[in-house]
This record gives sequence, C-alpha cells and structure tokens, in this order.
Amino acid sequence: MSLYRLLKVPEDEITPEELYLSRRQFMRAAAAVTLGAAASAALGQGAADAVDELLGLGETDETPTPYEAVTTYNNFYEFGYDKADPSRRSGDFVTEPWSVTVEGLVENTGTFALEELVARFEVERRVYRMRCVEAWSMVIPWNGFMLRDLITLLVPKPEARFVTFETVYRPEQMPGQRRDLLPFPYVEGLRLDEAMHPLTILATGIYDKPLTNANGAPIRLVVPWKYGFKGIKSIVKIGFVAERPPTTWNIVAPHEYGFYANVNPAVDHPRWSQATERRIGEFRRRDTLPFNGYGELVADLYEGMDLVREF
Amino acid sequence: MPAEGPAATATAVPAPRGRSAADKARLKRWRRVSHLAVWALTLTPAAVTLAHAFTNRLGVNPIETLTDRTGWWAIFHLVLTLAVTPLRRLTGRHWLVRYRRQLGLGAFVYASLHLGVYAVLDLGLDLSHLGEDILERPFVTVGFTAWLILLALAITSTNGWIRRLGRRWTLLHRLVYVAAGLVSLHFVWGQKTLQAEPLLFAAGFAPASAGW
Repeated sequence: MSLYRLLKVPEDEITPEELYLSRRQFMRAAAAVTLGAAASAALGQGAADAVDELLGLGETDETPTPYEAVTTYNNFYEFGYDKADPSRRSGDFVTEPWSVTVEGLVENTGTFALEELVARFEVERRVYRMRCVEAWSMVIPWNGFMLRDLITLLVPKPEARFVTFETVYRPEQMPGQRRDLLPFPYVEGLRLDEAMHPLTILATGIYDKPLTNANGAPIRLVVPWKYGFKGIKSIVKIGFVAERPPTTWNIVAPHEYGFYANVNPAVDHPRWSQATERRIGEFRRRDTLPFNGYGELVADLYEGMDLVREF
Repeated sequence: MPAEGPAATATAVPAPRGRSAADKARLKRWRRVSHLAVWALTLTPAAVTLAHAFTNRLGVNPIETLTDRTGWWAIFHLVLTLAVTPLRRLTGRHWLVRYRRQLGLGAFVYASLHLGVYAVLDLGLDLSHLGEDILERPFVTVGFTAWLILLALAITSTNGWIRRLGRRWTLLHRLVYVAAGLVSLHFVWGQKTLQAEPLLFAAGFAPASAGW
C-alpha cells in the first residue's frame, strides 16, 4: 500500500501535482534523507544511537512537574495573555477532526488526516526539561514521535533547508486571536538538521493522556534544547523552504527573540538574565544549562556559529 | 451703624469654624477613624495575598504572582494619590487632600513589597544579580529609580520635614510625577507585548501630570 493512500485525506483536498510513490521509490527516498544525501546536515544513525544511550529515549531522572501545573500554566496567546487563559478559555476549541497540510519543497505534499498520520509512527514517552524564555522551567513527560520519521516519509527536496510550522487560525474558537495579541497565525521554523535531530518530537500526548487544548492539542512541536516558544502548538501546516522563514516572536521583537532561541545562560534577554531559572514547584533559582542540558547531544549542530549573534 | 440682621448673618456664615470643643474632639476622632479605615483598605490586598500564600492559593508560580500583585497595587495607589488634586478641583471637596499623604505612603509600601519580593524571594538576595539587573537592564533601572524617589518622598512626608523644607518640600515632592512616568514605563515594559492595562494606568496619571 502506498504512502499516498495511507496518509491522504480523501477526495477534494487532493491537489493534482501530488506524487504517487511506489513503496520502493519511497524507501529509496527515505533512505537518502536518513543517510544525509538530501539533507547533508541531518544526523546519521550514530547520533540517534547516542541519544538512545544517553537519554534512555528521553528519560531524565528529574521529577516531572505535576500534571496540574503543566496543564494550567501555559503561554498560548491564541487563548489569551494570562498563563491561566489557555486552560480556562480553550473550552470551545475543537481538535477533531484535524488535518495537517504539507507544502513546499517536499515530494509528498498534501493534506493528511491526523490520526492516519500518527498511526504511521511509534509514539513514545519522552521526559524533557522545558525552559521558557521567561526564566521558568518544568519537566514534562510527553508522548510523541520523532519529527525526523515524518520528514523521512515526506521526502524533502534537496533544496529544502528549513522546516516551517503554522498554528491553526480560528478566531471564533480562540479568544486571543480575536484580540490580535500577536500577528496570527503563529508561525515557527527549524533548520532541517534541527528538525531531523532525534530529540525533536511532535507530541500528541502529555502524561500518557491526549494533549490538553492548553498544551497545544492535538499536535505540537517539542524541541527541548530551545526556549519554549519554539514549540509551536496546534499545528495545521508543515512546510519545507530554502530560506530561513519568519517566526512570530522574532517578528514581534527581533532584538529579544532570535530565530534559533537555543537555551543559553550566556545570552540575556534585554529585560532579564537568562543565567538562572525557577523550576516550577521549587523555591530557589537554579542555574540554566547551555542548550537546556542537552548540549552533549546538540551542540555540534551549531559548530562554528556565533551563538551570541545568532541567539 | 450696622443693622443687627446682616451682622448676625455674617457671623453665621463661618459658623462651622467656630466649633465647640466637643465638636472639635468629635471631628478629630472621626478623622483618626477615617485614616485607620483608609489604612485598613490599603492593606487589605496585602492581607488577602498573605492569606493566599499560607493556603497555597498563589498559583503555579507563587513568586511571580506576588511580584505581579504587589506591583499592581503600588501603581494603583500611585494613581489614586495623583488623582486627589484633579478630583479636588473637579468636585470642590478639599478634604480629600487629607488622604493624599496616606495614599502615597500606600504606594510606597507596595512598591517596597514589590522590590522585596523580587530581591529576596525571586533572586534569593543574590546582590550581584540584583546589581546587574539594576545597572544593565533599563526595564529594572526605571523601576528601581521610581522606588528611590518614592523612598525619598516617604521619608520627607512627615509634618516635621514639611516645615523644615518649606517651599523646597513642594519642589521635591513634584518628583512624584517623575516617579509616575517611570512606573508607567516599567509597567508597559514589563509585558511581553503591548497590553491595554498598563497603558490605562499610564493614562490615569495624565490629568495630574498635565497640571491639574
């Protein structure tokens, strides 16, 4: 059975230029991506093994932040400015049915039903630290699959260097969008090699339950070595482009929020220090770690880059 | 030779000033009670917040909640303080001025709690971090400068200092307008995006600052 049949939303949303790949063609293209031919920066199997080894597939020995806190203290401006707004004011948000559109420099463009998409992947539990750019942090048990697995299936074209993401735009269900709190829809992006990193996941669950609306249901990005705002929520569009794409907070305040937004205690926010953070539930601040403690796994993605300028 | 009637009327007009000793004592008592009542109102939010702290009702990030609440009540009191003069002009109720000093002290109390929560609870009295914030981050610099002004005004708010400084006291206490400007900037700046509430507070300072 073809990828096309497995993932496509039936009938009218099919666009004529869709590729129908035979299984063999697909496997060959997937292998090319994985081995780094299409994306030279993509990590090879060695790195993936290293991640498994070092993290035990994303496990940390730190105590997860209580479910109550993780699901009621959120930045999700689509539902409001206050941290309590996403849990309080997202009751009208409908996440079923859901589909994700894939576009741009990629072989398999089209619109895919979420449940069929997710069924293709192994959903696993990853306990990650989450460091907000506002200098607080949590430890969150996510359920999700590696973005690299999806990208491999989609087969980016050789020119593709960045992956873009877009949050749903539904002002009638999202009170914050009615107030234009940010230039909606929210957009984010990763360099293709960042997106292919085995730590980068698309989460569909939290604490072994479906994602709450406040946490970005039904599908969101989690990039644990970057500030939380990179983890775009309620994704409806994934694109592949050649140039660095615009990202929402960078548009709003370019001197405060960079494209990379790697957790970096040495680069302060203009209004506050990033050297320390408050772990939710703890009284004393703790030191913020470079790349949020994932440096060993991701630092080589940025070799030779000036991380103060490219913050 | 003045007629009896008009003269009697003339003395009758300022009659409230010619109060009996009992009236004066009653008025004094009433004023004391009213000041206590205003203090009670002023400190109610602090008491409620303290109760919330002890019953674990400050939310997921209690220190952030404390910082936000104390800052909000500081600016609220500052707006009330600066509203006194325009309100007097508007309504002719000059007794309002009796509560201005008290409201100003209320602003200082909450501003001090705000700074205290930040320096002690948030930064754990890490003085190098605090110093770095004050010196290198304009958002903190303006807030801290506003607190220094309020501190100076609070210290010189006593009757003794008013007498001692004379006309210079009035000049010194005009610094409250500078503080209001800095506080507005601090509040607007403290948000991640432009928010309506800080701008409304800033607008609340406008009548007083415009010379009303």
